[in-house]
Amino acid sequence: MIELRDIRKSFDGVEVLKGISMTFEPGKTNLIIGQSGSGKTVLLKCLLGLHQPDGGTMLFNNRAFGEMDDDEQRTLRREMGMVFQGSALFDSMTVLENVMFPMQMLTKQSETAIRKAAEEVIERVNLVESNHKLPAELSGGMQKRVAIARAIVMKPKYLFCDEPNSGLDPKTAIVIDNLVREITQENNITTVINSHDMNSVMEIGDTILFLKNGVKAWKGSKELIFKTDNKAICDFVYSSNLMKKVKEMYQ
Amino acid sequence: MKLLHHIGAYFIMLRLVFIKPTKAKVMQKLIFQDVQDLIIGSLGIVGFLSFFVGGVVSIQTALNIESPLIPKNLVGFATRQSVILEFAPTFMCIILAGKVGSFITSSIGTMRVTEQIDALEVMGINSVNYLVFPKIVSMILLPLVINISMFLGILGGYAATLYGGFSSSADFIEGIQMDFEPFHVAYAFIKTLLFAMVLATIPSYHGYFMKGGALEVGKAATVAFVWTSVVIIVLNYFVTQLLLA
Ligand SMILES: Nc1ncnc2c1ncn2[C@@H]1O[C@H](COP(=O)(O)OP(=O)(O)O)[C@@H](O)[C@H]1O
Ligand SMILES: [Mg+2]
Repeated sequence: MIELRDIRKSFDGVEVLKGISMTFEPGKTNLIIGQSGSGKTVLLKCLLGLHQPDGGTMLFNNRAFGEMDDDEQRTLRREMGMVFQGSALFDSMTVLENVMFPMQMLTKQSETAIRKAAEEVIERVNLVESNHKLPAELSGGMQKRVAIARAIVMKPKYLFCDEPNSGLDPKTAIVIDNLVREITQENNITTVINSHDMNSVMEIGDTILFLKNGVKAWKGSKELIFKTDNKAICDFVYSSNLMKKVKEMYQ
Repeated sequence: MKLLHHIGAYFIMLRLVFIKPTKAKVMQKLIFQDVQDLIIGSLGIVGFLSFFVGGVVSIQTALNIESPLIPKNLVGFATRQSVILEFAPTFMCIILAGKVGSFITSSIGTMRVTEQIDALEVMGINSVNYLVFPKIVSMILLPLVINISMFLGILGGYAATLYGGFSSSADFIEGIQMDFEPFHVAYAFIKTLLFAMVLATIPSYHGYFMKGGALEVGKAATVAFVWTSVVIIVLNYFVTQLLLA
């Protein structure tokens, strides 16, 4: 479980996160949604420790990140997996090497054990027979799968995904969304996913945090999102003609 | 003010290179790769340029001595001196600031914009050590490259002299042996090592701290080239003053 209390972050005097509080539960896909530039990536990078929040508390299983010493923070880091927006695969390494990499760097296991673990997760993300290809030889959807495999190979307690389905066709996007959800449930991971895509909301929005201009404008779930009359979230949800049409027909 | 900020950030980066090292086995692979890319990959261009510029230096010298009072062995002597003292160590490092430097900036910069550096950091890896340390280590081999440059430069001078008929083979060889000071070679290697460190670190800095997208990678490589050459030229002045004057 991750708990955020009043997280603030500014860049060059511009406040990007203006006090975000939220709880993300294990075994669930927790979505952060909002327009481009609303601060989703910054919030995720605060959680990952890539940005230092200016204020507020982040609790990981009830332990405040700020109060941990270096060793504890390092241990926590190893319990985190991250799927970056552009996959961020190491382009000089093959698929298998990419997935083996975190274990090679961070564990003392033998090469055979590492290879076996990597092959297992590659199989889990349904990516067989690409082990020796380079990332540049893969489609966007396959790259995402490799990124997911690399993120879960260390069996993380926390999984973060920054727009895991951006740049993918709708069908592939849904397959990726559901893959993340299945892995989350199988391993009881606390998963936090950034998205601006209503399809993802409908598929995997167990809990939803809606950010607008760095403020928590709404929170709920995919069941609640169509029942609320909160102006900000309605503007977001019904921004496309498709969703407007669906709403008309529904009423 | 901005410059001071960059200088400060550069030295902070240098400190990060040497703490929290990457696993030896992984680092070894990275070093081999960088030796391949940075050192072996530069041999061709360095050899080619050295041979021809060495040739031109000897032709220019020969054409400028009209007076019969000046001994013919001066062509060999002048070629040796200019190649060993400046052409091979300084001029070649400026060329490499373009080749090796832009390679370093763009490869690290691409990793920055595609979040590969963030991916390393998330795994708890010291990305500065992972990326910059192998480049520093492989650039220690740069004096070898410069050594080859010296040899080929003088050989080029020799070839041009004979081909153009400016002096005899015996005169040229007498020239390159005349008043030889071993310290000049030491001086050349000392400054090459210094330039090698500049070549490894300044382009790394510009790649590592770049912001933006693919377009900015190109810009960062250009800026890195300018700064690397400026620093090399300024260092060259001070080292020469210190060691030879
Ligand atoms: N490293 C940074 N330095 C300065 N500004 C930043 C930085 N990262 C993000 N921002 C700003 O923060 C805001 C939110 O960005 P981001 O979290 O990337 O939005 P998104 O919701 O699209 O992921 C943007 O206005 C962006 O310009
Ligand atoms: Mg984003």
